[in-house]
Amino acid sequence: MMGFQIVVLWSDALIWLLVAAGVGVGLLIARNPPLLAAWRRVGANRVGMASATVLLAFILIGLLDSLHYRVQLDGKPGQKATYAIEVLSLLDVLASPLRTRNEKTYSAPFATRLYAKESIDLPGQGTVRDYPRLKYGGQHLGEREDEVAADAGLTAGRAVLLALLGWLAVAGLASAAVRQGSAAVNASGWQKIWRGETAFAWNAVLLTLLLILLFAVPLFWLAGQYHVFGTDKVGQDVLYQILKSVRTGLIIGLVTTLVMLPMAVLLGIVAGYFRGWVDDVIQYIYTVLNSIPGVLLIAAAVLMMQVVIDTHPQWFSTAAERADLRLLALCFILGITSWTGLCRLLRGETLKLRELEYIQAAQAFGVSNGRIIIRHILPNLMHIVIIALVMDFSGLVLAEAVLSYVGIGVDPTMTSFGTMINNARMELGREPAVWWSLVAAFSAMFVLVLAANLFADAVRDAFDPRAA
Amino acid sequence: MLAYIIRRLLYAIPILIGVNLITFALFFVVNTPDDMARMQLGVKRVTPEAIQKWKVERGYDKPLLLNVEATGLASLTDTIFFQKSARMFVGDFGRAEDGRDIAREIGARMGPSLAIALPTFILGLFVTVSFALTLAFFRASAFDFWGVVLCVAAMSISGLFYIIGGQYLISKLWRLVPISGFGEGLDAWRFLVLPVLIGVVSGIGSSTRWYRTIFLEEVSKDYVRTARAKGLPETLVFFRHVLRNALIPILTGVVVVIPLLFMGSLLTESFFGIPGLGSYTIDAINAQDFAVVRSMVFIGSVLYIVGLILTDISYTVVDPRIRFE
Repeated sequence: MMGFQIVVLWSDALIWLLVAAGVGVGLLIARNPPLLAAWRRVGANRVGMASATVLLAFILIGLLDSLHYRVQLDGKPGQKATYAIEVLSLLDVLASPLRTRNEKTYSAPFATRLYAKESIDLPGQGTVRDYPRLKYGGQHLGEREDEVAADAGLTAGRAVLLALLGWLAVAGLASAAVRQGSAAVNASGWQKIWRGETAFAWNAVLLTLLLILLFAVPLFWLAGQYHVFGTDKVGQDVLYQILKSVRTGLIIGLVTTLVMLPMAVLLGIVAGYFRGWVDDVIQYIYTVLNSIPGVLLIAAAVLMMQVVIDTHPQWFSTAAERADLRLLALCFILGITSWTGLCRLLRGETLKLRELEYIQAAQAFGVSNGRIIIRHILPNLMHIVIIALVMDFSGLVLAEAVLSYVGIGVDPTMTSFGTMINNARMELGREPAVWWSLVAAFSAMFVLVLAANLFADAVRDAFDPRAA
Repeated sequence: MLAYIIRRLLYAIPILIGVNLITFALFFVVNTPDDMARMQLGVKRVTPEAIQKWKVERGYDKPLLLNVEATGLASLTDTIFFQKSARMFVGDFGRAEDGRDIAREIGARMGPSLAIALPTFILGLFVTVSFALTLAFFRASAFDFWGVVLCVAAMSISGLFYIIGGQYLISKLWRLVPISGFGEGLDAWRFLVLPVLIGVVSGIGSSTRWYRTIFLEEVSKDYVRTARAKGLPETLVFFRHVLRNALIPILTGVVVVIPLLFMGSLLTESFFGIPGLGSYTIDAINAQDFAVVRSMVFIGSVLYIVGLILTDISYTVVDPRIRFE
């Protein structure tokens, strides 16, 4: 039995804290009828629920990648246990074939040979220049290299069958649940789902799940034998990098809001509620911060953060820890630069709310200001907060790519969509072009951001009182 | 009107002071000049003498806020804050790491930045407003639905993709225009076509959607119903009444970015090798040239505040309902 040591990176802690907060907020919402009704409207929105399913798949990958540990190194008995420098995650274990089977350099998707020619010594024939065989990709084929399409097709076909079986099981469970929940007995659960007669958009969820399974199961099955998305310059599997990038994107999108939220909510409400000099000071602060163009403020702050990190190497015991803290610092900086918009919205809404009769009645009864804010103002601002949160997510994921490209994003050693694109930016200029890294990174980012955008629209439609 | 503009200008002063203090705090308090020197010199060459020399060369060897050794007014002026931060108000930005005067460099680089940013802005505004107008005119039809779908898809694509994909397709595969570079004079258009085109295309998604909601909000107003009720044809209602009224929020909304056009775009300029302010900033970030980044932060804020003032003025000009007293 190999020993291991659990490592909790700061970002892990925060992301699990977010999960806990999400559950907590969910419980609170369950007790708040208007919010519950709004979430029911989201649940009835087909596009919204389809995109939520995709988002959940991404979040699942991110959460698997947020449980870290270090493997115990072999040592003599009685010695103090030592642990490997490398910090691994649960996702790394599940995808260990992807992580460990590195080629020498570029290879195209489903290739059996390298992208570049090399001098190969053949016994009896001397040295020839040819494309060398890959160490891992398509190795099981042996001499039958030209049968890649047939072999991959067969494997994919089997995987599709498995995916269909798995999906049927889930769909069966869902229809059983629907039949249990409904009072009418004239239609089976399956028919109700299919006709869209359920309050929750089960048909959209199941259809999306089917698409995800049909895509993912063959992909991972084939990934054991081929490099499905090719390999990059140092021979690492592109699919593995995509999986690792998901966590970075999620952290940027979610933890940033965690930083921004308390500041925006507290200052916005306080400014709107107390008015007077408090309002002036808070307005001054956010006008000043808002006046500095976002990218430039981020650039300046990240540059300064780099100086701090580089001049204090003693703070970090592993490279992963340093990259992790740098990621969190980036979230912090993004949060500082992006709270002003939400703060202004909340201030304006609080100004309106505090003039309403029920608040004035509470004040006349002598209810304390803190209690009025918590009991009467905050719940009536929740819809703005929720809309702002879901709307910000996609923008932050896109921003990460741009910032990492400019050189002020995440640590260069941390896998993210931005660093992938940055490393691959010259590859299209090669002859023949190396397109797979870029296409894979952009596609994965597109799916994530599109799902986030569509989900945000559904949430906005459900929560915005102005929407019909 | 004049009194209002003057008041707005006066109001900008405390904000600029705030921006100045923030940049000062970021660049000199978060890290001491010693830290910056260590970073710039690299680990191997760090000696106390080298750090001292680095600081003297750049004028970072003074006290931060108060020079107790100097007498009179010099105790306030002979400090890092006054020399490096406060002097930015009079356009003195100091020197970059390569020894060039930053103010002069900025003046020379505004032209190329503007050559890209201005056509992108005007063409982009025209294309997105027209597209949004068409969508709003055919609202609640299949055309409108798929147009919005297209917009959501377009805004979910990374800006980097538009640039990398556009360069690959148009310059490398089709060889229509040079892949990057910049020229002076009439020949320059060949270098400008692609960045401008990409700039316009990458902005279509989010802007069109935003303008479409503005148009739709306008369509649902009472005066539109009145216009219909008195028997005006729908095209007349749309182009004479709705369009003109909806242009008010659209135009006042874009005024704020006009001054920032001088700053150029970081991404476009670095990808296309345009010697503008955007690429200047990127180069400074990569070379960790703190003086240049500090200056760009300050100039960017000044331009943004100018944009805010212009926005307020444009409201009074375009919308006769608003009168500032």
